[in-house]
Amino acid sequence: MKHDFSELKLEGVTRRFAGAGGQAFAALNELTITIRRGEFIALLGPSGCGKSTALNCIAGLLPLSGGTIHLDEVRIDTLPPERRGFGMVFQNYALFPHMSVARNIGFGLRMRGVAASQIGPRVDKALKLVQLVGQEHKLPGQLSGGQQQRVAIARAIVIEPPLVLMDEPLSNLDAKLRLETRAEIRRIHRELGRSTIYVTHDQDEALSLADRIVVMKDGVVQQIATPLEVYAQPANLHVARFMGYRNVFELDVEGEEGDRVRLGGPGMRLTGTRKLPLSGRQATVAIRPEEVLLGEGPGGQNTIEGKVDNVEYCGRDSLIDLVTASGTLVHVRSAGVAQRGDTVRVHVPVERALIYPRD
Amino acid sequence: MSATALARAPFDRALWLVAPATLFMLALFIYPFVYGLALSFTPTQGGALENYRKFFTTDNLWPTIWTTLRLALPATLINVGLALPIAFMMRIKTRYQRWLTTILVVPITLGTVLIAEGMLTYFGPKGWLAQLLQLLHLYDGSIRLTHNYWGVLISLIISGFPFAFLLILSYITGIDPVLARAAATLGADPKAQFRHIYLPLLAPGLAMCFCLAFVQAFSVFPSAVLLGAPAGPTRVISIAAYEAAFEQYDYSLASAIAMIMGFVQLIIVAVVLGLRGLFYRGPVVGGKG
Repeated sequence: MKHDFSELKLEGVTRRFAGAGGQAFAALNELTITIRRGEFIALLGPSGCGKSTALNCIAGLLPLSGGTIHLDEVRIDTLPPERRGFGMVFQNYALFPHMSVARNIGFGLRMRGVAASQIGPRVDKALKLVQLVGQEHKLPGQLSGGQQQRVAIARAIVIEPPLVLMDEPLSNLDAKLRLETRAEIRRIHRELGRSTIYVTHDQDEALSLADRIVVMKDGVVQQIATPLEVYAQPANLHVARFMGYRNVFELDVEGEEGDRVRLGGPGMRLTGTRKLPLSGRQATVAIRPEEVLLGEGPGGQNTIEGKVDNVEYCGRDSLIDLVTASGTLVHVRSAGVAQRGDTVRVHVPVERALIYPRD
Repeated sequence: MSATALARAPFDRALWLVAPATLFMLALFIYPFVYGLALSFTPTQGGALENYRKFFTTDNLWPTIWTTLRLALPATLINVGLALPIAFMMRIKTRYQRWLTTILVVPITLGTVLIAEGMLTYFGPKGWLAQLLQLLHLYDGSIRLTHNYWGVLISLIISGFPFAFLLILSYITGIDPVLARAAATLGADPKAQFRHIYLPLLAPGLAMCFCLAFVQAFSVFPSAVLLGAPAGPTRVISIAAYEAAFEQYDYSLASAIAMIMGFVQLIIVAVVLGLRGLFYRGPVVGGKG
C-alpha cells in the first residue's frame, strides 16, 4: 500500500458477467486509460453502461475477467481491496451504523494500525475538512443525508489514499445540497492533491468536476477527453446525444468539400462539419438546441423555417419547439421571444452542425 | 411520532381488531399462569410456601435445576456457536445454498420422538455407528451415546440447530453487504470485517436467538426420557414436574415446580437481554437505500 504515486494505468480492463441463458456479456470491455497524479476523472454514461463496474474493478470489489491495473510499476488487480488502499465513497454512503461519526472516520486508520495518539488529530483534521466539527459523537442515523455524505467522504480521505473512488455520491441529495457538495468535492480534491475517479450519469457534474471525462456506453468507452472537448466535439453520435445534442436528423448527402458536408432532406438543407468518415448516401447531423439561433443565416444559408408548437419559459431563456412544414421537430433554446403559432426562421452555424455516419 | 401525539389521537375503532388476540392470550396464557401460580401456593398440607420449601429441600427435586441447566446451556451455546459461522458462510447466494439450507433445516420437521428413535438405532451400543467404527478398526471399545447425558445433548443439538441457524441466517442477510465492502476498501481483511462490522451488528440478534433456543432446550422432556437416564443424570426439571403431577397426583407441587422452571428461564433471559443493551440496536443499513 503506497501513499503516493505518479500514475495509475488501466490496460484492457474487462469484466464479464453470466447473462440470461448462461451467455456471458461484457459489462466492461477493454477499458484502457492512464490516470496521472492529481487528475480528476469522471466516468460518465447512462445506467448500465459499465461505469460502476469499472469503479468496482479498480477498487478490487469485483475481480477482472481480463486486463491489468498497475499503480506505477506495481500490479494491483490481483490484490484484495483491503491491500489496494484506495478510498471509496459509496452511492448509499455505507456508513457503519453502530459507530459514531468519529469512529467511522477513524476506522481506516485503526485497520492500518495507526497509533491511537495519531488517530484523534487526523480524524479532527478530516472533520474540519468536511465541516462536521461538533458532530463527531453522533451515530450516522442521527445525521441528515448531506452530513452522512460528508462523513463518507471524510472516511475515505482520512487514510490519505493515492486514489479516491466515488460512486454517484450526490445522487441521493436534493438539488441545492448537490451543488454545494459538488463544490466541496472539487475543493477537497484540490486540497489533497491526489487523484479522484468519479462515477456519474449527470453530465453537468462530470463537466463541472472533471479534468477528463470518460464517456461510456454498453461497457465500451466512447470518448476520453477534456470536458470542453466532450461538450463541443463529441466523438460520435452516442456521445453527442448524451451531451445534449437533442436535434438529430438523418439526411441525404448532397456533396462534400474537405470536412464540410452538404445535406438535404424534406424541408431542410444544411451544411455542417464532418466529425467521422461517412459511408453510404445518408448521414446524421447533431445540433445542440442552444446553438440553433433565431433569424436567417448569412445569405439564407442553413436556415430552417417552422411553426412554434410549444414554448417553455425557463427564466434566462426559453425552450422553443418548432415544427417544419414536413413535420420535423426542431428544439431551440434561446433568449429570444416567440409565441405559440408564430412562424419563425432559425439557422445553425456551419461549424456547429456536427455530421456523423448514420447509426 | 411522539407518545403525546398518539395519546391525543381519538380512539380508533380498528383497535377492536386486537380483541380476539387479547382474549386468546387471556384464556390460554394469562389465566393458566395465574391459576398455576395460585395453585402452587395452596399445597395439600402445610403453609402457602410449603411446596417451595419442599422443592428446595428434597434431594431429588432441587438438583434438577442444575441437571437441566447442564444440558440446556451447553446445547444452546453449541447451537448458536455452530449456526453463526455456517449462516455466515451461507449469506452469499450460491447455487448450492438452497440445497444446503434445506438439508440443514430438515431436522426441524422431524419430531423429537422420531429423532430419538433414529438415534437409538444409530448411536446405540449395537448401532450403525458402533458397527462402522469396529469394522474400520477405529475404535473397538463399547460406545455409549444413548441413555445418558450425551444422548440428550446430541438430540437437543439436532432438534435445536435448524432453529438457531434459520434465525441467525435471517439476521445476517439483513445486514447490508455493502458495509463489509466499505470496510474492505478501508483496509479490513475478512476477519476484521467479521469482527468489527458483522459481529457488533449481529450481537442483539444473537442474544435474541440464544434466549429462544435456551427456552426451548430448558423445557426438554421427551428426549430426556427416551434418550437419557431419566432416573439419574438426565432427570431434568420437567420430569420432576411430570412425576409430581401424574405419578403423585400432587398438582400443587407440580405447579410450584413449573413456576420455578419459568423463573429460572426468566433469569437467564433477563441477563442475556440485559447484556444486549450494551450493543447498538438500530437499523443495519449504512445510509439511504
